[in-house]
Amino acid sequence: MKFGKGLGLGIYTVLALLFLLIPIAYTFVFSFNDAGKLNIAWQGFTFDKWLTVCSTAGLCEAFGNSILVGLVSTVLATALGTLIAIALVRYRFRARSSISLLLFLPMATPEVVLGAGLAAQFLTLGTEKGLLTIILAHTMFCISFVVVTVKARVASLDPALEEAGRDLYGSPGQVFWRITFPLLMPGIAAAALLSFALSFDDFIITNFNSGSVDTFPKFIYIAAARGIPAQVNVIASAVFLLAIVLVIVVQVSRAARAKRLARQLG
Amino acid sequence: MAFTAFASQATVEQAPRKRSWIALVLLLPGIAYLVLFFLAPLISLIITSFQQPVLDGDIGEYTAGFQWQNYTDALGEYWPLVLRSFGFALIATVLALAVSYPIAYFIGVKARRFPLLQSLMLTLVIAPFFISFLLRTLAWKQIMSDEGPIVQFLKTIAILPSDGHLTGTAFSVIFGLTYNFIPFMTLPLYATLERLDTRYLEAGADLYASPFTVFRKVTVPLSMPGIISGTLLTFIPAAGDYINASRDFLGSSSTAMVGNAIEANFLVLQNYPIAAALSIVLMAVILIIVGLYVRRAGTEDLV
Repeated sequence: MKFGKGLGLGIYTVLALLFLLIPIAYTFVFSFNDAGKLNIAWQGFTFDKWLTVCSTAGLCEAFGNSILVGLVSTVLATALGTLIAIALVRYRFRARSSISLLLFLPMATPEVVLGAGLAAQFLTLGTEKGLLTIILAHTMFCISFVVVTVKARVASLDPALEEAGRDLYGSPGQVFWRITFPLLMPGIAAAALLSFALSFDDFIITNFNSGSVDTFPKFIYIAAARGIPAQVNVIASAVFLLAIVLVIVVQVSRAARAKRLARQLG
Repeated sequence: MAFTAFASQATVEQAPRKRSWIALVLLLPGIAYLVLFFLAPLISLIITSFQQPVLDGDIGEYTAGFQWQNYTDALGEYWPLVLRSFGFALIATVLALAVSYPIAYFIGVKARRFPLLQSLMLTLVIAPFFISFLLRTLAWKQIMSDEGPIVQFLKTIAILPSDGHLTGTAFSVIFGLTYNFIPFMTLPLYATLERLDTRYLEAGADLYASPFTVFRKVTVPLSMPGIISGTLLTFIPAAGDYINASRDFLGSSSTAMVGNAIEANFLVLQNYPIAAALSIVLMAVILIIVGLYVRRAGTEDLV
């Protein structure tokens, strides 16, 4: 291969990736800014904001709401989506193309339309907006992403393994919980993580369906008009570090497992 | 990613089973959920878009009707925002494709023999997902603010006039849209380029094709599925986005997009029919574009 051409591309890629990180680095650095209410100009280094996270009125409550909404809608969407994924790969049925379309459309619809649609429906029904309506909305837009993620895993699963279980007189329940479910677990876990991430960072759909309840992104949106307190940067940085550590642990353990497997086979 | 996963479903189907009642049991809860919370809201939105104000009613009180006028009113007032939305989204999509393709090519093809480097770089591509979309956008606002280093530098070298701004302009909104959707473009491109058989490229070179011709005639066609899903995953959310264009973020009133008008009409002015009509227009245009685009590009089995 031509080394020079690859080198230029490599340098570009590194620079582009650094560019992607600029706002993250900015957010992290300004979580240590010794600023008053307005966290814009650099005033000096302090750890205070990390220690007084919850002193900002409503911030930790909004963060807690985001975690709660994320967890509940992840569980709901992952359960509903996994069942659909299994049905789509394993069974043939009529109306298959309409069901595929129904799963595809939420991903092809802009969030503002999803949000306004649900809000219009809640308005017509007279439903009071709050945590429940946020959870209902988040579950809806996560389902399709769960289906896509889990479907790939179901498709790669060898049906002979389940047949073996049935041949050994396993009941359908036993076959599912002892064989199918553990084998699908990596796909389900990936889908759950994706759902949580989508829910946690969603602002647009939440804004239309939250009433007076704040989530973390909504707190930021409202605060943006007045200036963001540094404590927001603290929470965002902490979540970022946690997520990055999680991703690296998953990747390292996967690489280690692949290496171990390769050694056993070789 | 999402879009290619649907496109590839024909190849993963396994032998059909007979017990379709099990399929029904598996499908029913999730499909019922989507009917109740996706399909029904779309229908509510259509009904709302034809509502008329209650005579002598309060602000925000509407009754069922068949008011086509809502659409002509909405478009009459907001057509520049609709055009701007699709214009900004188109420019941002093209820019994101230009920025992302080399990144995806390097990670997917050149870095193939170095799995550790590959996974490290992929982690960096998705890293922005782990920090709030709104905070990332606000960080750019601060960096591009009038007192910030970029504006000062541009003024020093006289690219920007001394009374010029970056924030609140079309430039900053398009910049923000491009930045925010680069990972959505890079990941599907990476997914197809990673499977690219480089022997085709060598064959092209052996047949005396210039590197550019190989790229145009071999690499690009082979990575078409990634280009299609990447551009759709960027264009659709960019066209509906109202964060970047918002006055408190990278925009100003002169950069408002259709999403800003939908939000203002629905949540502030309580003019639900106008917000609903704009939403339906946005959705319809996007569905038409997606349909044409997918047919043109030849992946008719998208759904």
